[in-house]
Amino acid sequence: MEILMSIVAGILFTAAVYLMLSRSLLRIIIGTGLLSHGVHLLILTMGGLKGGSVPLLGEKASSYTDPLPQALILTAIVISFGVTSFFLVLAYRAYQELGTDDMDKLRGK
Amino acid sequence: MTSNFVIIPLLIPFVVGVVLIFFKDNIKLQRIISVLSLITTTAFAAYLVQLVQSKGVLTHELGNWKPPFGIILVADMFASLLVLTASIVTLCCVLFAFHTIGERRERFYFYSFVQFLLVGVFGAFLTGDIFNLFVFFEVMLMSSYALIVIGGTKAQLRESLKYILVNVISSALFVIAVAYLYAVTGTLNMADLSQRIAEANQPGILTTIGMLLFIVFALKAALFPMYFWLPGSYSAPPPVIIGLFGALLTKVGVYSIFRTFTLLFYHHPEFTHQIIGYVALLTIVVGAVGAIAYSDMNKILIYNIIIAVGVIVYGVTLTTKAGFEGAIYYLIHDMIIKAALFLLAGSIIRITGTTKLKKMGGLIKDYPLLGWMFFIATISLAGIPPLSGFIGKFLLVQGGLESESYTFVGVLLVSSLLVLYSAIKIFMSCFWGEPTLSSGQEKVSLKGVLYPSAILLAVSVFLGLGAEAVIPYVSTAAQTLMDPSIYIQSVLKE
Repeated sequence: MEILMSIVAGILFTAAVYLMLSRSLLRIIIGTGLLSHGVHLLILTMGGLKGGSVPLLGEKASSYTDPLPQALILTAIVISFGVTSFFLVLAYRAYQELGTDDMDKLRGK
Repeated sequence: MTSNFVIIPLLIPFVVGVVLIFFKDNIKLQRIISVLSLITTTAFAAYLVQLVQSKGVLTHELGNWKPPFGIILVADMFASLLVLTASIVTLCCVLFAFHTIGERRERFYFYSFVQFLLVGVFGAFLTGDIFNLFVFFEVMLMSSYALIVIGGTKAQLRESLKYILVNVISSALFVIAVAYLYAVTGTLNMADLSQRIAEANQPGILTTIGMLLFIVFALKAALFPMYFWLPGSYSAPPPVIIGLFGALLTKVGVYSIFRTFTLLFYHHPEFTHQIIGYVALLTIVVGAVGAIAYSDMNKILIYNIIIAVGVIVYGVTLTTKAGFEGAIYYLIHDMIIKAALFLLAGSIIRITGTTKLKKMGGLIKDYPLLGWMFFIATISLAGIPPLSGFIGKFLLVQGGLESESYTFVGVLLVSSLLVLYSAIKIFMSCFWGEPTLSSGQEKVSLKGVLYPSAILLAVSVFLGLGAEAVIPYVSTAAQTLMDPSIYIQSVLKE
């Protein structure tokens, strides 16, 4: 299972890198979205995917899944959500002010 | 009780940052609150340095969870000294902002963002947990995104897009590195990590993770192949924000490299530290090339940041105590002098309205005080004996000779010459020669603009002349870096 998930995360990284190397700003932001998906999936995979109950003590199970990676992912998700929304608004403002979303045309003098 | 002092420098800017949000339109009140809070923070940071010097490494367990299970804040001498330096620098930058940043930016939460930036920087210095370090990095970066774009000029919008993209990628790499580290060791606490890595004798996989972390921190610190984002991003915002960034942001990356490669991944220096050494040397070279190539004041100073980062990071590969002491001393000196230089450059831009060296000249006639202050900052940057840059470089050269890295000593000495050349070029073309400003132009008032830089220069002169008072603290910091067991024992208390 871990091997399959690693391959999936790898595909996500490949797609993210490809999109982030393109010229259009929106494609780049979609790339960062895919990158953070890949990263979060990787944390989950790296924490181990053994069978076990959900981490709720009320379940009274004999073994639970590791709660720490889930907490880490939750933190990383909200952080990347905040950054992505800022990035999107910034891209919108930049499009309004500079009139282009082509990264090649967004050069300094 | 004493352990609470570790968290106070972190809490003050956090609470003040929140409070300032409520006084959006009352600029006078915002200014008073932020200055008072920064003075208090500086005082507490100074007290923390004293405490650590007398009692050893201080720790604060959040929620009384014993490490490695809870988050822990650790104030060793290295972190405390940097907290003190960062609060002095921020205080001076905020004082400078009063007269230069403009009401429009002040109204849009400028002072709140500065406080939150400080929370991130202090947190990154004081944390003892690697995921917590990531979170504080993000706190710092989010505030820096807001500060770099505040005001919304075209150049700022354009450059902040690139700045954010680079940092989003480096943050993703950081989380990947943390995930790998957790999979291999099963812990996130730095002291516990250090023990487990030592027990496993750092196999190849951990060395790989170490190098991944190095890439992440090198992106933040602008080391050789990863410095490409810095010159563009740092030339967009107003001078006071560049001063703040130049003094604090890259230095947090440098601090993390020191922490990681002295505490965690120090078992195979023949591989890791050698690569870091080469990268640092190349950083100095590209920084020097950039610094002498440009005739734009901001660009020259920005490439000087890159040179200094290279010089300090090389310190981590020096195995002697003198080398570490030199790197720490130079780090503190560099934070202060870079802020001073950018603030002085901000004053010059205020007078001339340009950063192009060709368009200015003869300012010494009308602004002698500014001129001589800039001159002192210049020679301090280059490392002329009575001033603070000298002692750091002297100790680094001594450490380089002791650990037989002669290339580094050569590069360092030549780079000092080029730093002096590049900075003196600004001084000569800006202050000497014929006045290029048209006679109709009015003399710009520098009321209130110069004294923040004067404070920073005074600190720099004190670091140089009063080195005997500072060295014991730096020596304690170097001792903790040299011997990771001091850190581990004070955290895990076994």
